[in-house]
Amino acid sequence: MADKRDTGAGGLARLWNDPTVRSRTFQILTALVVIYFLWTIYQNTIINMERRGITTGFAFLGSPAGFGIVMSLIPYDETMSYGRTFYVGLLNTLLVSSLGIVAATILGFAIGIGRLSKNWLVSTLSAIFVDTFRNIPLLLQIFFWYFAVLRNLPSPRDSMEIGEMFFLNNRGVYMPGPIPEEGFWLVVTVLCAAIVGAAVLYRWARKRQDATGQLFPAIRVGLAMVLLLPAGAFLLAGSPLGWDVPELRGFNFRGGVSMIPELGALFIALTVYTASFIAEIVRSGIQSVSHGQTEAASALGLRRGTTLRLVIIPQAMRVIIPPLTSQYLNLTKNSSLAVAIGYPDLVAVFMGTTLNQTGQAVEVVAITMLVYLSISLLISLLMNVYNKAMALKER
Amino acid sequence: MSDATKRDVVMPPASTVGVLGWIRKNLFPSWYSGVVTVILGYFIISNFIPMINWALFKADFIGESSADCSGEGACWVFIGTRFDFFIYGFYPEAEFWRINTLYVIFALLIVPQFFNAVSTRIKMVLGVLGVTVFPVLAFILIRGSETFGLEIIETNRWGGLTLTLILAYVGIVAAIPIGVLLALGRRSDMPLVRALSVVFIEFWRGVPLITILFMASVMLPLFLPEGVSFDRLLRALIGITLFQSAYMAEVIRGGLQAIPKGQYEAAEAMGLGYWRSMGLIILPQALKIVIPGIVNTLISLFKDTTLVLIIGLFDLLNAVQTTIIDPAWRNVAIEGYVFAAFLFWIFCFGMSRYSQQLERKLHRGHKR
Repeated sequence: MADKRDTGAGGLARLWNDPTVRSRTFQILTALVVIYFLWTIYQNTIINMERRGITTGFAFLGSPAGFGIVMSLIPYDETMSYGRTFYVGLLNTLLVSSLGIVAATILGFAIGIGRLSKNWLVSTLSAIFVDTFRNIPLLLQIFFWYFAVLRNLPSPRDSMEIGEMFFLNNRGVYMPGPIPEEGFWLVVTVLCAAIVGAAVLYRWARKRQDATGQLFPAIRVGLAMVLLLPAGAFLLAGSPLGWDVPELRGFNFRGGVSMIPELGALFIALTVYTASFIAEIVRSGIQSVSHGQTEAASALGLRRGTTLRLVIIPQAMRVIIPPLTSQYLNLTKNSSLAVAIGYPDLVAVFMGTTLNQTGQAVEVVAITMLVYLSISLLISLLMNVYNKAMALKER
Repeated sequence: MSDATKRDVVMPPASTVGVLGWIRKNLFPSWYSGVVTVILGYFIISNFIPMINWALFKADFIGESSADCSGEGACWVFIGTRFDFFIYGFYPEAEFWRINTLYVIFALLIVPQFFNAVSTRIKMVLGVLGVTVFPVLAFILIRGSETFGLEIIETNRWGGLTLTLILAYVGIVAAIPIGVLLALGRRSDMPLVRALSVVFIEFWRGVPLITILFMASVMLPLFLPEGVSFDRLLRALIGITLFQSAYMAEVIRGGLQAIPKGQYEAAEAMGLGYWRSMGLIILPQALKIVIPGIVNTLISLFKDTTLVLIIGLFDLLNAVQTTIIDPAWRNVAIEGYVFAAFLFWIFCFGMSRYSQQLERKLHRGHKR
């Protein structure tokens, strides 16, 4: 290049040194390489699939699956289609992820705040919890809870029980399930009305406080409304709720609500693992709020609890939310480790059994990846909206 | 000491100093805190003492088979007899010296990095050797080579902790250069390059590693032309590297963003082109800032290597998992998992402490 400029060979050298031309050339070259690469993969795949006699297309989704799934939130049996197995798996993934997210958030916040406690025992235990569970692979933790703990529980005949209602054995957890009877709709209606009423009350109280400065215990009154009104309606309608208590029949329990040990192990491991990360996020978030804020709040005469609720937490949340979002995403993605212990999540059911039976790897892997990508994008989108609402409002 | 001075200096009340004072201040600062202390203390004592008893005092350490375990405490005999399998997998015993040699060389390369007495120059040289010569040497030694008269040992016999370390090492060493390119691409002025980088990074970050490993093991063979086939370990390594490079790119991008704009402008003012200004001015500073971030991704990669057991490779966890179901040993699951967890914990905790220390050290110049 340099010699071209030296000889002053006009046009070409000038073109090469023009940033726009150079950048365009480079981009066109990149595009060509990428297209060639993708085209080769496409060609190879087509040839390989033809050679192996793999059918293509999504017709397989309609054909009967022919295998059973141990746990399903929607009605499913083996005569149903492969498409149905997709939904069963997806719902199971969403179930364990949402349970895990709620539990990990609660546990993580508790431990994160515990690490900052003045009580030495509390802060040390919290630190030990975080340093232990953060540094052990999640899969190992899942195996531990599943193979070493839950599978070693007593058999259904000798289950551990609480008041002949709750049973814990190596087949899972069994709890009484509620059965709504006639008149239960009244309770539900009253509950909905109470929630709406409490929300209206809260807004009214805020408005009045903004206008006049008078306080109204909206949260306490609202809580009482939501709890007491439906309870009153429940008694008024003559307690229209029956309980389906699990019973030992044959080798296992029947009836009630049950939770299989695979779900239990996955849930515990995901919760504990993610909580240890959330705890660190919460701790650093709270520590990021400068101490002057606490002092200013107490100078204004705010009590400790009020300071935490109105001054520290809202500011800490700004620091906490972005990494918290990625933890939620991680938890959802990590739930795919279910395949290792046989919890029927999307990967285990769809990418495992369905893929093995149909052999249509490309379609199945593409659908599964697309689902996870959509979940990821959706969660980050929602969190971005929330983040924007919480962000510093600069005037 | 005379009586007069004793009277003049009023000592603090006994309850605020010493052990008693410490207990009062840290365990019983208020009544509810005290209640929490008592509950937690009871919980610890009732659980911790049986645990210690199980793991140490009632445990069996010496022996050959499950008959040597009393069953009252932990059966560490199991770990002892299977130790070689946990470390080397199915690698032939006569060739263990090759892996041991590598461990020694690796230690020689790594250990000096932790000492301040070693000059930066030596650290640099060792670091460069570690990412250039060492992988080649390791490959020749572990796999074997006809030219050096070493018996060839196929990848399906590699396993245990050695395989875990191989996966993590290759993953990190291969992911850094790809990550640098992706990070530069994401901050490029060229819209097409930027778009491609963003799509690549977000795609690999958006899907779980499991699906990538599945993809690498079932779909990669379809992508390749006829006759070309990769072995299972290489496929897993490709999957892990792609996944890791996307995370690495985001870490490095953070470093690039932290470099003040003046540095970019100064590099341009010196007449440096893009690659030279990046290579000589921006990247050395950016990479230095993100070393703790790189160590953190290394930690998560190290933990993620356990996932290869799902596609059938014998890493440390899989080695433990297959031996604990051996019928000759009764109920050794907890011992096996505790041992594996301990090994993983040592590595991860060590690395996280190192990264924290590094962060404190590196922060000195950048803190405002």
